[in-house]
Amino acid sequence: MELIVEIVVAFFLVVSGIFGFTGSYGLIKLGDPMSRLHAPTKATTLGVGGLLIAAIVSTYVFHDHLSLHELLITLFLFLAAPVTAHFIAKAHIHRHEKAEDLPDPGPDPEWAVLHHDPDDVHRRTPTGNESAR
Amino acid sequence: MILTYAIYFNFACFGAALLMTLVQVVSARDIGDRILALDTMVINVIALLVLYGMLAGTAVYFEASMIIAMLGFVSTVAYARFILRGNIIE
Repeated sequence: MELIVEIVVAFFLVVSGIFGFTGSYGLIKLGDPMSRLHAPTKATTLGVGGLLIAAIVSTYVFHDHLSLHELLITLFLFLAAPVTAHFIAKAHIHRHEKAEDLPDPGPDPEWAVLHHDPDDVHRRTPTGNESAR
Repeated sequence: MILTYAIYFNFACFGAALLMTLVQVVSARDIGDRILALDTMVINVIALLVLYGMLAGTAVYFEASMIIAMLGFVSTVAYARFILRGNIIE
């Protein structure tokens, strides 16, 4: 029984290690900035998820108590990864893309990230310069 | 026995991943890439901490990794917001 659990935990550990390695390797390997965004946000999050499952199973079986803190970390990472990816993509659109090159925004009149409001003194123009105060 | 080897394998994987994100932080051409690399670095550090907690058999490191997860998320959002708006809290 112990051996079976050990094999299961080892399997989760090996899979999560491969996922984590792949995520960070994609970060230096892929060419386009938005493709680079793709690799670490998904693969690394999945890798950490597998690692935390392995940690839950191993503390439950080998130390005889079920601790669910790990699940909390998993939940938090699964919530945080899409939000950070969205923010980084938004910053990329803001700095590097022009409205003509982007697809149709749908029901909205224009892309909200590229909208320029002359009254907003904190807003930067898409070229990265501070707008006139 | 098999578990110890699996933990060492995972240490090697996430250690190499941490080194690659470090290379990316140093050599990235654009600031967006650098923020992404720092975010990935935080996630790799969380993985290494949880793994060390498994090896040592204590629960102390889970609290530490929880705090690092929260700080990493907040700092990534703050960085992205800063290059987006030129300001964090308006």
